[in-house]
Amino acid sequence: MKFGLALLLATMLLHPVALDARVIHSESSLYQNILVTQNGALRCMQFTIRKDQRNQSCIDSSHPQRLVFVYTRMMLAALLLNPSPTRILIVGLGGGTLPTSLAQLFPDAYIDVVELDPAVLKVARAYFDFEPSANMRVFEQDARVWVKRAAAMPTRYDLIMLDAFNGEYIPEHLMTREYLLETRELLVDGGVLASNTFAISQLYHNESVTYAEVFGTYYNLRSPDSANRVIIARRGPLFDPDTLARAALPLIRSLEPYGVPIESYPIQLATKPDWDTKARVLTDQYSPANLLKGRR
Amino acid sequence: MRRTTINSLAFVGGFVIMALELLGGRVLAPFFGSSIYVWGSIITVFMLSLALGYLLGGFISVHNPSLKRLSLLFLLGAILTYPLVFYGEPLMRLVFDRIEDPRYGSLVAAAVLFVLPTLVLGMISPYCVRLMVTETNRSGHVAGTLYFVSTLGSALGTLATSFYLVLWFEINTILILLTSCLVAFAAIGYLSGRHE
Repeated sequence: MKFGLALLLATMLLHPVALDARVIHSESSLYQNILVTQNGALRCMQFTIRKDQRNQSCIDSSHPQRLVFVYTRMMLAALLLNPSPTRILIVGLGGGTLPTSLAQLFPDAYIDVVELDPAVLKVARAYFDFEPSANMRVFEQDARVWVKRAAAMPTRYDLIMLDAFNGEYIPEHLMTREYLLETRELLVDGGVLASNTFAISQLYHNESVTYAEVFGTYYNLRSPDSANRVIIARRGPLFDPDTLARAALPLIRSLEPYGVPIESYPIQLATKPDWDTKARVLTDQYSPANLLKGRR
Repeated sequence: MRRTTINSLAFVGGFVIMALELLGGRVLAPFFGSSIYVWGSIITVFMLSLALGYLLGGFISVHNPSLKRLSLLFLLGAILTYPLVFYGEPLMRLVFDRIEDPRYGSLVAAAVLFVLPTLVLGMISPYCVRLMVTETNRSGHVAGTLYFVSTLGSALGTLATSFYLVLWFEINTILILLTSCLVAFAAIGYLSGRHE
């Protein structure tokens, strides 16, 4: 073990530039091939083995708390609208970085996580140090089914994070107006929803108008460093820029270890549509999502 | 002429069956997800319904087979497919509220929605065989050609639905198109069989 560590350190010293990622574990589940790659201190989870493979989730063992992806940090901009969530729902586990960070930030909050693929949970535990906290429940179920069932239960959430992806994109039945309406029902008044989506295809326009139809005006958070776009919506009116800027101040210190530049988000939260507002809304009746994704 | 009509009817039957099966996945997803067991349920229900349809179609082809009667099967198929547009959702809600396990929930829902139309559409192929066979020694040839035509229809129905129809239309619109197609071919069959 020590020798291995010494060897690793030696290799890293000899190769100051990033080492090539190597696959340290692969597992085929019912839904996808899960690959775990290691690149220096960086360990990532991938769902496909194609050339344009995209990392689903990464951890950096030299800075274990730091959120590696720009989009994961952007998701935490939701805290500007709700700085102390008490009941959190996370749809899509991946390597578990979001649930882990939120459990550390808010140890008293109850967190429910919904993940379709049992193999993802297994890999997250074995390779990404994911361990559900005492207040955390992980449900192995299709999110659409789970959300429909949850609507009949009394539990409501003040923070919901949508981050369900398969090897391709968000599954079609998790993008429709009906799904978003069902999810919105799970929010308390004033509850906040953050959703991770892509901003690089025709689908950007369709998803944008679909969220607008369900939530009205929302904050659109884009970054020049990321192909992702994070939608931050509130069940209730949005805040003015000054309120957001003030909300950032007390968060700066607690979010610092995670690498979240929370103070820079308030001015980036846009409410003006930069999409084609005449795009077709995605519904259970019309959701050819993966076909639209191929269109630029 | 009569042969062409019967072949086209077999083709359309195959087309509609697979278009319907593919839509089934989309129809069930909002209630039961799109996990592997949902597709398992749909395929099981379609296979069982087709099996029963083949049996029943062969059985009724024994008594006074005619093109007119075959076209009635198309009409019946249309009558059983059309209600999915209105009753699909409430029926799924009913099943969803009563069966907790999404595997059996999706199986029961798929059965409730698709057994009847698929069973009737499954009756078409063996009935067509009966109408085309005149001599025993050519029966294999006739059956082979009909399988070819109807399976080609199925392949095209799958492709058209998954590549294009879902991109252009809502699911209900596609269901109405399929129903209209069945009605149109019922009329074609009836008209070309009226002098028999």
